[in-house]
Amino acid sequence: MTRLVVVSAGLSQPSSTRLLGDRLAEATRKALEATGADPTVVEVVTVELRDLAHDVVNNVLTGFPSPALAQVIEQIGSADALIAVTPIFNASYSGLFKSFFDVIDPELLRGKPVLIGATGGSERHSLALEHAIRPLFSYLHAFVVPTSVYAASADWGAAGAGAAVSERIDRAGSELAGLITRTGTTGPVDPYADVPDFVTLLDPRSA
Amino acid sequence: MQFGIFTVGDVTADPTTGRTPTEHERIMAMVTIAQKAEEVGLDVFATGEHHNPPFVPSSPTTMLGFIAARTSTLLLSTSTTLITTNDPVKIAEDYAMLQHLAEGRVDLMMGRGNTGPVYPWFGQDIRQGIPLAVENYGLLHRLWREDVVDWEGQFRTPLQGFTSTPRPLDDVPPFVWHGSIRSPEIAEQAAYYGDGFFANHIFWPKEHYIRLINFYRERFAHYGHGTPEQAIVGLGGQVFINKNSQDAVKQFRPYFDNAPVYGHGPSLEDFTEQTPLTVGSPQEVIDKTLTFREHFGDYQRQLFLMDHAGLPLKTVLEQLDLLGEEVIPVLRRELDALRPASVPAAPTHASLLAAKLAAEATATESTATEVAGVGGQR
Repeated sequence: MTRLVVVSAGLSQPSSTRLLGDRLAEATRKALEATGADPTVVEVVTVELRDLAHDVVNNVLTGFPSPALAQVIEQIGSADALIAVTPIFNASYSGLFKSFFDVIDPELLRGKPVLIGATGGSERHSLALEHAIRPLFSYLHAFVVPTSVYAASADWGAAGAGAAVSERIDRAGSELAGLITRTGTTGPVDPYADVPDFVTLLDPRSA
Repeated sequence: MQFGIFTVGDVTADPTTGRTPTEHERIMAMVTIAQKAEEVGLDVFATGEHHNPPFVPSSPTTMLGFIAARTSTLLLSTSTTLITTNDPVKIAEDYAMLQHLAEGRVDLMMGRGNTGPVYPWFGQDIRQGIPLAVENYGLLHRLWREDVVDWEGQFRTPLQGFTSTPRPLDDVPPFVWHGSIRSPEIAEQAAYYGDGFFANHIFWPKEHYIRLINFYRERFAHYGHGTPEQAIVGLGGQVFINKNSQDAVKQFRPYFDNAPVYGHGPSLEDFTEQTPLTVGSPQEVIDKTLTFREHFGDYQRQLFLMDHAGLPLKTVLEQLDLLGEEVIPVLRRELDALRPASVPAAPTHASLLAAKLAAEATATESTATEVAGVGGQR
C-alpha cells in the first residue's frame, strides 16, 4: 500500500487550497496506477490544519502535541509521501502552515518525497513556492519534486488557463509518483535506534 | 519511597494581585517552604540552578547549606545542577562541603540546563551539551572516588596530582541522579554508572517518558547493576489541592492560565488530561499519582512542583499542609505495599555507608589483592 498525506493550510470552507491538494493527490494516484501499482492500495489521508489550529499553537507554547495532533504527525512520519499546500499570505506561506512545520520533529521529513503547492488571488505570487516553501522543505531534508504547483483564482475558471494548471498538476503528480517508486517507504527516524554505547560516549575516538 | 518538592525558584507576579515578590522575599520564601516540607513529613527538597532573571537560585549550595542548618531530617538535592557549564572540580568541592555540613543529607541531580545563553556566559558551546555532560561528570565521578587525580579532557584545564577537598563524608560520594526530558544519551549515562534517572515528566504526555525510562532500566541491567526493575527512578509531579475539587480548579486557574511554561496555551482541563498535572481533591491527586507507578514501574522518588507561577507563600504553605497530611501518607502506604521486596529504596548516605562497610568487611576476610580492588580509594 502507498500512503499519501495531504496537508492543507486553507482556511475558508470550501477551500481552493484543499481543492488543489485533492487534485495533486488524485494526479499522484493516477501516475502510480500508470506505473503498475494496484490503484486500490493508494490511500490518501487529508489533513486540514484549520481543524488543528489551536492544537498547533498549544504545541508551540507547551512543546508537546495534543493526541489529535500527535496522530497526524505520526501519519506523516509513516507516509510514503507528503503533499503540502498553503495559501500565499504576504508573499509567503501562511502562519498556520509554518507553525505546523515548526512543531514537527526536524527529522520527521528526512528523505521523504514531498510535493508542494500554493494558491493565491493572482499569479503574481507564484514564485513564493520557490523562494519560501521549497527552502523550508530543503531545510527539513525532504526530497521536493522539481515541479511545484501554483493555482491563482483565475486558474479555476477560464478553460485555457485552467488547462495549463491541470497540465502542471499532472506533471507534478507524475514526478511524485516516480520519486515514491524510486525511494520506497521512509519511516520516521527513531531517536532510540542508534544511541551510542556509553563507552563510545566517553571516548568518541573508540567508535 | 521518597517524597519531596522541587522548586524552579522563579520570581513571578501573582496574576490575581499583580504583585511581584522581591528577590529577597522569594529567596526567604524558598527557605520557609523547605522547612515546611520537613515539618509536614516530606523527605526531599530540591532547588533548581539558574543564571538569569526571573530566577533566583544561582548558588544552590549556599541556599542548601542554610537550609541544612535549619532542618534535621530533610534530604537536600538539586533540580538540576548544571553539569555542562559548571566546573566539575567546583561541583566536587561545593557539594562535598555541603555533604559534611548537612551530615550526609545531600544528593544531586545532574542536568544540562534549558537556557541557551548560559553556555556562552560560562564559556561553553551549547552544541557540545552532551559531550560536556559526559566528560564533566566523568571527572566529577573520579574526583569523589580517587584521592589523587591525574586527568586530561577536551573542555577544561588538565589536572595533575589534584585532590578535591574536603573528601566526601565517610568516603561515600553523594548519590547522583541524572535528569533528562528527552535525551536517551543521558539515560544511557545514568545506566552506565548505576546512578538514578529522574524524568521530569510534568510538561509532556506519558508515552514519551515510558520509552525513556524503560530504555534507562534496560541499560541499567545491561551494565550489571541489577534487574531493570531495580533501577533507581525518580519522577516529577505537579499538583494543586483543595478538599473540594471544584474549589481547587477555581483557585488554581488564574495561575495556570498565566503560568510561564504553559500559560495562554491549552486549557487547564486539556493539560490535566494530557500531563501529570492534577488539580483537585486529595483523593484525585492520590489516584493520579498512583497511575505513575502503573506507567513507569515501581520507582523510588516522587518530587512535586508546588511553588511556581506566582503562587503566594501562604498558599504554598497551605498546599504543603494538604500534601503532607492528606496525600503523602496514603501514597507512601499504597506504593510501599505494592513494591516487591527485590526493588530497592533510593540510596541515602546511611545506606551507601552501610553497603561500603559491608563490602569492606567482606574484603578483609578475602585476600590482600582483593582488598586493593574494593577499597582502592583509601
